[in-house]
Amino acid sequence: MKLSRNAVGWLNVVPLLAILIPFFVVPICVILAVSFMETDGFGGIFPVFTLENYTGVFTSSLTFNLYYETFKFTFLTLIFTAVIGFWIAYFLVFHVRSKILAMGLFLVCTVPFWTSNIIRMISWIPLLGKEGLINMGLQGTGAIDQPLEFLLFSPFAVVVAYVHQLTIFMIVPVFNSLSRIDKRVVEAALDAGASRLDVMRFVILPMSKSGIALGAIFVVSIVMGDFFVVKVMSGGGTASVVGAFYEDVGVLQYPSAAASAILLTIVVMLMVAAILRVVDIRKEISL
Amino acid sequence: MTKDANDSKSISRRSLLKTGAAAVGAAAGSGTITGFPTIWAQEIKDIELRHVGVSYSVVKAIGDQASKDLGFKVTMQNLDTSASINRFITQPNTVDIADLEGWQAKLACKRGVIQGIETKRIKEYDNFLPIFTKGEFEGKKVSDQGISPYAALYMTGQDSTELADGVSEWMTNVPQVYNADSMGYRPDLVGHEVTEWKDLIDPKFKGKAGILDVPAIGIMDAALCMESAGIVEYGNKGNMTREEIDKTIDKLIELKRAGHFRSTWTTFDQSVQLMAAGEVVIQSMWSPAVAAVRVKDIPCTYAPVNIKNGKEGYRGWCNGMGLMKHLSGKKLEAAYEYINWYMSGWQGAFVSRYGYYSPVPSTAKKYMSEAEFAYWYEGKPAPEVVNDPYGVPMEKAGTVRDGGSFIDRVTNISCWNTLMDEAAYMNKRWNDFKVA
Repeated sequence: MKLSRNAVGWLNVVPLLAILIPFFVVPICVILAVSFMETDGFGGIFPVFTLENYTGVFTSSLTFNLYYETFKFTFLTLIFTAVIGFWIAYFLVFHVRSKILAMGLFLVCTVPFWTSNIIRMISWIPLLGKEGLINMGLQGTGAIDQPLEFLLFSPFAVVVAYVHQLTIFMIVPVFNSLSRIDKRVVEAALDAGASRLDVMRFVILPMSKSGIALGAIFVVSIVMGDFFVVKVMSGGGTASVVGAFYEDVGVLQYPSAAASAILLTIVVMLMVAAILRVVDIRKEISL
Repeated sequence: MTKDANDSKSISRRSLLKTGAAAVGAAAGSGTITGFPTIWAQEIKDIELRHVGVSYSVVKAIGDQASKDLGFKVTMQNLDTSASINRFITQPNTVDIADLEGWQAKLACKRGVIQGIETKRIKEYDNFLPIFTKGEFEGKKVSDQGISPYAALYMTGQDSTELADGVSEWMTNVPQVYNADSMGYRPDLVGHEVTEWKDLIDPKFKGKAGILDVPAIGIMDAALCMESAGIVEYGNKGNMTREEIDKTIDKLIELKRAGHFRSTWTTFDQSVQLMAAGEVVIQSMWSPAVAAVRVKDIPCTYAPVNIKNGKEGYRGWCNGMGLMKHLSGKKLEAAYEYINWYMSGWQGAFVSRYGYYSPVPSTAKKYMSEAEFAYWYEGKPAPEVVNDPYGVPMEKAGTVRDGGSFIDRVTNISCWNTLMDEAAYMNKRWNDFKVA
């Protein structure tokens, strides 16, 4: 029996569809439907069409402030993870001569990820606190007499935790795209009289763009969808988009939480689309 | 999480050493107290009850002891407050016994996910403190700000979705553990005894104060502070108007911008951590968390905020066991057995050693030493060293518990945990405070 090309194609996407439809498409449709319904404020949802949940979200200055905060963290995290991630990946690919050693060091980068996210985040607390290692150390050497309070329960602490958690998502794709750069291209550039900076600007960076973009998609979607790191590391000093609608769910305000969730989904999709417009990611995935 | 692990450790120690005799007594007694006809003796083994709720109320060690004493399996499952109520309402069939606060009982009743519990079948019903069953104590009415356990205790029938006005024969839940929350502070760093909530927002403690970040109850702690400082007057702190919410949040934002709050906290462990690590010197706090700081040899006092001049007072809460609507037949019988076991004293003594209280102190007393009862309940100087639940000495002989006797505490509750009519609005404003 010979299957048509078309049928083979469909068979290939079946596993993906089997996951995407029940676990993504159906839930998001339910959320979309609920976001247009009315509630009695006590967990009851009535199938009466209303736009009130969306007008509530769009007319509130809270929405604007929450997005401002969340964008700020996303942007800062993206910058730091990209710089650090690129740096590490570049070192591993171009400066570690032995392939085996490079692989070994690459695996070492993943060691912190053998523990849970939460533990990695919480372990910053004894380091950054008022009576933490850094403050104690600085006070011991006489560099400061009052503990530095900005270290913990601050936007600084939030960014530190995100960068620590997410840099690996940048290292992996950048490492991957850098490894595929033919070393002879670099040599050719140097032979043609390019400086090291020129090689970086005109050869390596353009060729690792797709890796950076892939990493950026991971970082952006994770930070935009997170609330826990913000909650713990800022000491409740700031809020996040998801945190706010999680609290709505806590008091059974399902429709307004659904409307916020739909808005966030659209915003994140637009951000990913923007990244994809800048870089052709298909180049990265298809060899 | 660590707390649960310790719980189970503590219980093995306890059942082996401490109340060995009592445990034997309970085990022997359980044979006689089960109401099962003998024909069911085999079948009950297959029954499993899922008791679901917050970690400080639904404790694995208690479920294990119940399984041992009752002959059927009780499984404890923990979720945070908001995840619990969401599960009770959206997936009621995955729960057998729902652990409910007053406001959750009201919601669960309204949504029709629980069934009425017959008061006649609760053996200790008459021995409950009347605070819970009658809404009064020694002739004095208990505060009705917020949703008091009494206000949400009765429903109009077994299958009703309406709360009863006053006492009825059907309960929404059987109260099982309660406490009165206030503030914890470092006596060495604060420098004076704290008896008023306004100290929490005193500029003296700028950058060294903390507050609870669970909007529904954090707002009440904040309201107690504002009321105490004379900044805002409230009709009912447990059910504020939009205007009262606005005034409270605006003041919180002002304090935050001035750098008053070092941090907020959401879990028991976080509050202990903040105080023990020296991040804050005063914060809203739960009594057992204060004890947990003291175990680390760091001085910490639980502020006795007795009601004075119509201000101050504790924020009270009470968790009770509700029966889900789907329970019937043998499983329902087993659930009643479980509730009756629960109120028979072992659990009451267990939670008392954590600093919580049992609504039936007369049975809890049977499972506690005289010294323990004198210290934990009566507010008397401890006749001997008091151990924490892990068996570690916690208080020296002669120590008096902060806040005095349990009667002093509960009669000074000025509002109860709640879900306000304006909860959605309040939540938004609370996030304004967070993001400011």
